[in-house]
Amino acid sequence: MASIKLDNLGKIYPGGSRAVGGVKLDIADGEFIVLVGPSGCGKSTLLRMVAGLESITEGEVRIGDRVVNKVEPADRDIAMVFQNYALYPHMSVRQNLAYGLKNRRTPKAEITRRVDEAAAILQIGPFLDRKPRALSGGQRQRVAMGRAIVREPAAFLFDEPLSNLDAKLRVAMRLEIKDLQKRLRTTSIYVTHDQLEAMTLADRLVVLNAGQVEQIGTPLDVYRRPASTFVAGFIGSPAMNLIPARAVPHLPGSAHAAVIGIRPEDLVPDPDGPIEMQVGAIEELGAQRLVHGKVNGADVTIALPSHGELSDRLRLNAAPEALHRFDDKSGKRLD
Amino acid sequence: MIENRPGLNILAHLVLILGVVIVALPVWVAFVASTRSATDFMSGTVPMWPGPHLVENYARMLDSGVSTSGTPPVARMMFNSLVMALSIAIGKIAISILSAFAIVYFRFPLRGLAFWCIFVTLMLPVEVRIVPTFQVVAGLGLLNSYAGLSVPLIASATATFLFRQVFLTMPDELVEAARIDGAGPMKFFRDILLPLSRTNMAALFVILFIYGWNQYLWPLLITTDAQYYTIVAGIKRMADAVDGLPQWHLVMATAVLAMLPPVAVVIGMQKLFVKGLVETEK
Ligand SMILES: Nc1ncnc2c1ncn2[C@@H]1O[C@H](COP(=O)(O)OP(=O)(O)OP(=O)(O)O)[C@@H](O)[C@H]1O
Ligand SMILES: [Mg+2]
Repeated sequence: MASIKLDNLGKIYPGGSRAVGGVKLDIADGEFIVLVGPSGCGKSTLLRMVAGLESITEGEVRIGDRVVNKVEPADRDIAMVFQNYALYPHMSVRQNLAYGLKNRRTPKAEITRRVDEAAAILQIGPFLDRKPRALSGGQRQRVAMGRAIVREPAAFLFDEPLSNLDAKLRVAMRLEIKDLQKRLRTTSIYVTHDQLEAMTLADRLVVLNAGQVEQIGTPLDVYRRPASTFVAGFIGSPAMNLIPARAVPHLPGSAHAAVIGIRPEDLVPDPDGPIEMQVGAIEELGAQRLVHGKVNGADVTIALPSHGELSDRLRLNAAPEALHRFDDKSGKRLD
Repeated sequence: MIENRPGLNILAHLVLILGVVIVALPVWVAFVASTRSATDFMSGTVPMWPGPHLVENYARMLDSGVSTSGTPPVARMMFNSLVMALSIAIGKIAISILSAFAIVYFRFPLRGLAFWCIFVTLMLPVEVRIVPTFQVVAGLGLLNSYAGLSVPLIASATATFLFRQVFLTMPDELVEAARIDGAGPMKFFRDILLPLSRTNMAALFVILFIYGWNQYLWPLLITTDAQYYTIVAGIKRMADAVDGLPQWHLVMATAVLAMLPPVAVVIGMQKLFVKGLVETEK
């Protein structure tokens, strides 16, 4: 186990396109870090630089107290779980798990012990002698995790490991990964573009946008105090309303800020409220209903309990502490 | 498309039966001829049913051959052909899988040039470069040797491209997983690439074995010592009786014998062969 330190890490691909720039991050021993961001923002690139699969063009990566910029992936003491699992198709599950250990000359008895232990943890014991082809997607995913566990590495690196699973299994595996990491206390970096996964798994979230870090913080911090309009729009579902301040002149603070952010659930009906909303489309989600509409020309979505009649005009109010104020040009949070 | 019209069905079967007859009839005639005695051909009509001399003819050919034609016993020629076909098949597979490995997985200087050199050999099969190749082989003192028979046929690129294609379909993550698992390049080659190309290698082996076995022009050209005659070239020499009629019953026995090893290889490796051609198990 080890801490990981990224110092001004950057990547310029041959050809000159910049994928990642100036990433500074201190990961404590045993911490679960989730990298989250939209497609193409450089999450995989960043992770692969830590793994050693991608060369580092700027800055440095430290694992433990060692700079590993030039160290081969196998010698970095990390284990990686790939999106498509990347199991060796011609080897049985047992051989898949044992292959890395065999290559580092682990004694046979020790290999057997670790494989059996991992199999027990992940409940893949019954499949140990099958080929990956004969497993379901979820079982393959477990094997891929098993391959990481048996290494007993200093850090786990996950690149969207659950994105090939169906929704239900994804939730179950999410909990299991969290559990597992708690139990093993292995430093982990987890890449996902699913913000729900990010919120539930992370000790700390790193929100990336176009190769730059937008915000680092615990999931609740990031949710409660998004550092920019980008984070505000990305974390939370349904997404936070970002309303031009001049559309809601009666809200406190709208004189200084350019953009006011309000989460849909924070906008509540109130006959005396200062905001008037013209109701448009309605989405019934069962537990709640999402009401889309316009406030002085700006698009707004609110989440209401799923009962009662709706008129086509609603008066709304929001508590002052539920308002987020952002600068116009930089999109940065103002307070 | 599944159609079920009886007329079409009958027609399809007629065509297939015709095809089988066209292929099988000459083989049958050869087999029948190989069971007859020399005199059966004097009459001018071709016999259609086997005669009583099967064991006698085959035993004679395998054991001593037709001494007047200057060919060694068939057993010797079959052994030569076997050595040649195996060397070509194995040699070509070994060379091309290694070169494909280099081209796909390594970035080395002049990689583009190497690729094109291999590509150019596609346009230069032995038949095209036969005179200069003969010169080179003669200069190296390889006339009348197994090396001379097989090496010039090994050097060509077709199989390199096949393996290149196979390797290109392997997911990058597999390579990366192996790197993280501490497999160096050669270990990766041995533990992962080779087993995953097993069926392709088998398919290629069948094709190349038959290619090597059926070589005619090249062995005819570079073997003057009867000890190195191959069976396909040998049949030609036997049929060329200088004085008197060719001994057709013996020539045909040789021809039937010459067919057996390729058939055995095809049947023996059929399952792998078909897998290698149709299946992608990645
Ligand atoms: N080999 C490469 N050469 C050049 N540019 C690349 C290369 N690989 C990735 N990129 C670029 O780098 C950027 C970041 O890619 P990356 O794969 O890290 O995105 P990501 O955040 O993982 O996206 P996703 O969620 O879709 O997986 C993208 O704009 C991509 O086009
Ligand atoms: Mg990615």
